[in-house]
Amino acid sequence: MLLFSLIPMQFQLPNIMLATPEMFLLAGTCFVLLADLFIKDSQRFITYLLAQVVLLITAGLVFFGTGDMNAIIAESVQATGKMSITAFSDMFVLDPMAQVLKISILLITMGVLVYSREYLRSRDMYKGEYFTLTLFAVLGMMIMVSAKTMLLIYLGLELLSLAMYAMVAFKRNDGRASEAAMKYFVLGAIASGMLLYGMSIIYGVSGSLHLDHISTYMSSHPVMENLGLLLGLSFIIVGLGFKLGVVPFHMWVPDVYDGAPTAVTLFLGTAPKIAAFAMIIRLLVEGLGDMVQGWQQILSLLAALSLLVGNLIAIAQTNIKRMFAYSTISHMGFVLMGILAGTQSGYAASMFYIITYAIIAMGGFAVVIYLSREGYEADQLADLKGLSARHPWVAFMMMLFLFSMAGVPPTVGFYAKLSVITAVVDANVIWLAVFGVVMSVIGAYYYLRAIKLMYFDKPDDATNSARSPVQWDFTALLSLNGLAVLALGILPGTLMALCLKAIQTSL
Amino acid sequence: MTFELFIFYLFSAVTLFSAVAVVTVRNPIYSALFLILAFFSSAAIWILLEAEFLGVVLVLVYVGAVMVLFLFVIMMLDIQIDTLKEGFIRYLPVGILVAVAVATEMILVMRSDAFKVDIPDAAPLSVNNTEALGEVLYTEYVFPFEVASVILVVAIIAAIVLTLRRRTGVKKQDPSKQVRTRSEDRVRLVKMKAEKRL
Repeated sequence: MLLFSLIPMQFQLPNIMLATPEMFLLAGTCFVLLADLFIKDSQRFITYLLAQVVLLITAGLVFFGTGDMNAIIAESVQATGKMSITAFSDMFVLDPMAQVLKISILLITMGVLVYSREYLRSRDMYKGEYFTLTLFAVLGMMIMVSAKTMLLIYLGLELLSLAMYAMVAFKRNDGRASEAAMKYFVLGAIASGMLLYGMSIIYGVSGSLHLDHISTYMSSHPVMENLGLLLGLSFIIVGLGFKLGVVPFHMWVPDVYDGAPTAVTLFLGTAPKIAAFAMIIRLLVEGLGDMVQGWQQILSLLAALSLLVGNLIAIAQTNIKRMFAYSTISHMGFVLMGILAGTQSGYAASMFYIITYAIIAMGGFAVVIYLSREGYEADQLADLKGLSARHPWVAFMMMLFLFSMAGVPPTVGFYAKLSVITAVVDANVIWLAVFGVVMSVIGAYYYLRAIKLMYFDKPDDATNSARSPVQWDFTALLSLNGLAVLALGILPGTLMALCLKAIQTSL
Repeated sequence: MTFELFIFYLFSAVTLFSAVAVVTVRNPIYSALFLILAFFSSAAIWILLEAEFLGVVLVLVYVGAVMVLFLFVIMMLDIQIDTLKEGFIRYLPVGILVAVAVATEMILVMRSDAFKVDIPDAAPLSVNNTEALGEVLYTEYVFPFEVASVILVVAIIAAIVLTLRRRTGVKKQDPSKQVRTRSEDRVRLVKMKAEKRL
């Protein structure tokens, strides 16, 4: 009967303008959905352009804000002295971390669309619904990033997942894609169930869905002796583990990465990872922050297993997409390492890691798209043979991405790994730091093998050397992407400072 | 026994009876109808608990929509009931084992200290429960409510994308074409020269 006591007599919707970017994105998505009905198949470029414009304006709204938004923010900062401002009965939060992550998600999605355009066009996937679903997925991610209650975290996650399931199955005559979609859907549903179960137990014990209220409850109760809370925490971590794809909840990752059309894998492996990071920070740090001893142990086990399994099994792969899938698993282990450090510098290191990883992975998958043509998926490692002779610039870019994934200086991957390991050492989990370094060395083998194939091996046959049909925008973005990996590696200070500031002012 | 208790036992008995009947009757149509009965009597119990909105929704959504779909599927598919019933005796021991385990766990949980709390009295209400839910739903919870509606839109789009097939060569009627037709399109008058008499 608690519900009825909450009914306000005079309700005023405060600060609704804080969600302007989300509202614009929703309106824009609906516009793209409807406008596409009046567009002929041959003019699909218009839909693509509209989707890009919607994403760009949304990113602009997040970055610059509108007059109303900035007025509310300035007023609130002055009144409370805090940078995080809530709206919609405290369910929605706008803080620097949310802003940084949202802009990263939007820009990376724009890049993903540029990379996928030619791929979609040549494979009969160039339809308006593809762009609509992408935009809806982005909306789901933005909601997750800004969620302050478990209700919204779950709803945002479902919005993202539903759109992703449909995108994986988008090529419906492809048996492998359908199989991947089926696996993804079933395991995703189980993960959602686990997450919901955990959330409902936490709700039952603490009496609120709101993360701040849960946090307040925990700070005034003995949490580590409460069996209910520990059970809820375990379920939530299992759900998060599934969504993030860490060992032992990683089984779906290689199959889905491999089975899905490469353009979808490209999207799946980049932007949603950033949203998953936000979900972990909101749930574990903001909501269950007082149970840090509990989740620190579980996460260190998950991180260690991910590093071990991801790196070792990746060695045995002959398929690039599967290799990248196992590599993702090991990278997610690194992200967890930063979070389990339990310090602000650790969270900032993880945030830096996940953003730069999304940039690197985007480039890696883009090269796979570059090499493939209609009716021919260049997803075998052997397809990389002699790439330097055929496309020297693309091979150089791929080398940068692979070096960065392996963590070789001066690429950004080195700095990301370094900062995460530093955070873990500072948190006195030395064994995990050492383990992470050893596993990175083992992992370097399969990245270097790919580079060796590109630079020192001769191609198998002449058919591979046919010119890729990509447009100038693809090549330009690929160059930009590769150089960004290099530039961020040489000058990581700006982004790192941004992440640290975002974490410090948000938490 | 008060009247309320009597009603409760009546509806509980009907619920249990129909739930058992769902899995024991031979005809799948009867099963579906018994499930509807189970939903109805559960709805009555909810209304007894002063959750009239949930009760009404249960009838509207489950009986009105979900069960119609169930019946539709049962009638569409040619279900061989004998093959489904085949392993009943063979699987019975496992089924009983699972049922006993679940029941024991439920009893243990329900008897634990966690549930031994004082049940608070129902708050006196100036508005009914539907109105109260509506007021919270469209004020406090407006943001999650809107997100849920977006999820439904995505579900519709995804379902259509994955299932809509444009078949070519289908000889279907186009009413607008039929209406717009003119007599000239149907009958072509050909002027022919009269044959010359020899």
